[in-house]
Amino acid sequence: MALLEAKGITKKFGGLVAVDKLSFEVKQGEIVSIIGPNGAGKTTVFNMITGIYEIDEGEIVFDNKVISNKSPIYIVEAGISRTFQNIRLFKQMRVIENVMVGTHIKTNYNFFDALFRTKRFRNEERKATQKAIDILESIDLGDYINDYANNLPYGLQRRLEIARAIATGAKLLILDEPAAGMNPQESENLLNFIRSLQAKGYTILIIEHDMNVVMNISDRIYVMDYGKRIANGTPSEIASNPDVIKAYLGDASEILEEDDAV
Amino acid sequence: MFVEQLINGLAIGTIYALVAVGYSLVFGILRLVNFTHSSVYTLGAFMVYVGVEYLHLNIFLAILFSLVTTGFAGVMIDKMGLEPLRKKGASKISAMITTIGLSYIIINCLNIAFGSQIIRFPDLFNYGTFKLLGATIAWQQVIIGAVALILLVALSIFINRTRIGLAMRAVQQEPSAAAINGINVNMIISLTFFLGAASAAIAGTLIASYNQYLRSSMGDIVGLKAFAAAVLGGIGSLPGSVLGGLIIGVSESMAVYKLGGSYIDMVAFSLLFLVLLIRPYGILGRKGSTKV
Repeated sequence: MALLEAKGITKKFGGLVAVDKLSFEVKQGEIVSIIGPNGAGKTTVFNMITGIYEIDEGEIVFDNKVISNKSPIYIVEAGISRTFQNIRLFKQMRVIENVMVGTHIKTNYNFFDALFRTKRFRNEERKATQKAIDILESIDLGDYINDYANNLPYGLQRRLEIARAIATGAKLLILDEPAAGMNPQESENLLNFIRSLQAKGYTILIIEHDMNVVMNISDRIYVMDYGKRIANGTPSEIASNPDVIKAYLGDASEILEEDDAV
Repeated sequence: MFVEQLINGLAIGTIYALVAVGYSLVFGILRLVNFTHSSVYTLGAFMVYVGVEYLHLNIFLAILFSLVTTGFAGVMIDKMGLEPLRKKGASKISAMITTIGLSYIIINCLNIAFGSQIIRFPDLFNYGTFKLLGATIAWQQVIIGAVALILLVALSIFINRTRIGLAMRAVQQEPSAAAINGINVNMIISLTFFLGAASAAIAGTLIASYNQYLRSSMGDIVGLKAFAAAVLGGIGSLPGSVLGGLIIGVSESMAVYKLGGSYIDMVAFSLLFLVLLIRPYGILGRKGSTKV
């Protein structure tokens, strides 16, 4: 049973068909990557899943609920959260505050509780703070709790964005080019980090250009071009797919050689 | 005279600050200068008058009545005038001219209902005077300053210490990321308009009580000076608005002391020019906080 399933989804911008009857699925506990050249429509797909764009045709089902054309709030409550291609942290907030924004939807007090700082308010605040600390410690950001997000090194800012996504209580994490702008050491750390998330039970959908990351981490890969799905399969199947090699992997011969060597 | 003028300046400065915070909050969240703010300030004072004169409420209930109705009016300005524009992706300049237009509509409605003449307003805090360092100080000024200050502190605690305030700051810094993390952005915008309008209503009431009259044009110059205070302090920054308000209030009353009352309106804006030449983003403004 798929956790997330897109059934023939289409998005048009005026005359341009950005995503064309695309179908794919992500099973519980999988790491699935979507790859393809720039402009293939990958980020558009993410924006369709997370409710930023309305979809013109098709349907997206998550956890047996139709989530297409619902508000971003509905979708995050259903259990999907995401990161952005260009990091969008709350830069002038502390690390812990960034994560507490993620816990916001789970808050169970009203305006008057906050105004008069009732017992319920204080309990909820304490719980939320503790939860944020737990999340940060579980992903090795415990030492940075009181730093401003802006002052974190780049790799840790990426990690913090994922922490914020986790804090919403998401089951499915959608990562838009998590390794963008990282040096090899940082992307190696990221790789291990994403694996550790999978081990904790999260299901992960990734867009990524760094082929080293994609080939090493994905259980399955979908390849897109001009808004259409042109291939799907395991990393080794994708790496040996002649169409994909020719059009999209560029220096795929390298990957092939490595693959053959194994 | 110096001490009297200093106290006077601080009292009026906290009023400017209270109005400036409203400009700053809305600007921070929408990157929009909300020109309805000065008419909302006027509306707030009139609503207290309506409460006392027509609904025969006691003064505290009348102020509460004004807070709720004026705050709600602020929300409606956004819901009816601005949210539809945002949904249709209209430019900021369309939203800005809408706020200017709405401001005139509100003031003209007040003119139709109450006329444009001066209306007597009760002196709420007439507790006489006391001596400090040889100066005679009216309790009224102290109370006005204190009420405004308490509200500013409460607002600051609300924004910096509660989770709703956290959500407000999140929307201010990265609206798209806030939405994707489950924050109801439209609700936060409504709340911001409510808070801005309610604090303007208090400021308008305090000033009307200080002058012991109100009229529909009372917000014109205060609105402009409070806007100047917000920019001076760094628009989008709450402490900046407070600082800007106090600087303008005190320097105005010092100018009255040194130069006489004729030049009072020039002071705020001369100060604004000078500060912006040295710090283009205002005293506490950050470069990033005024981008987009």
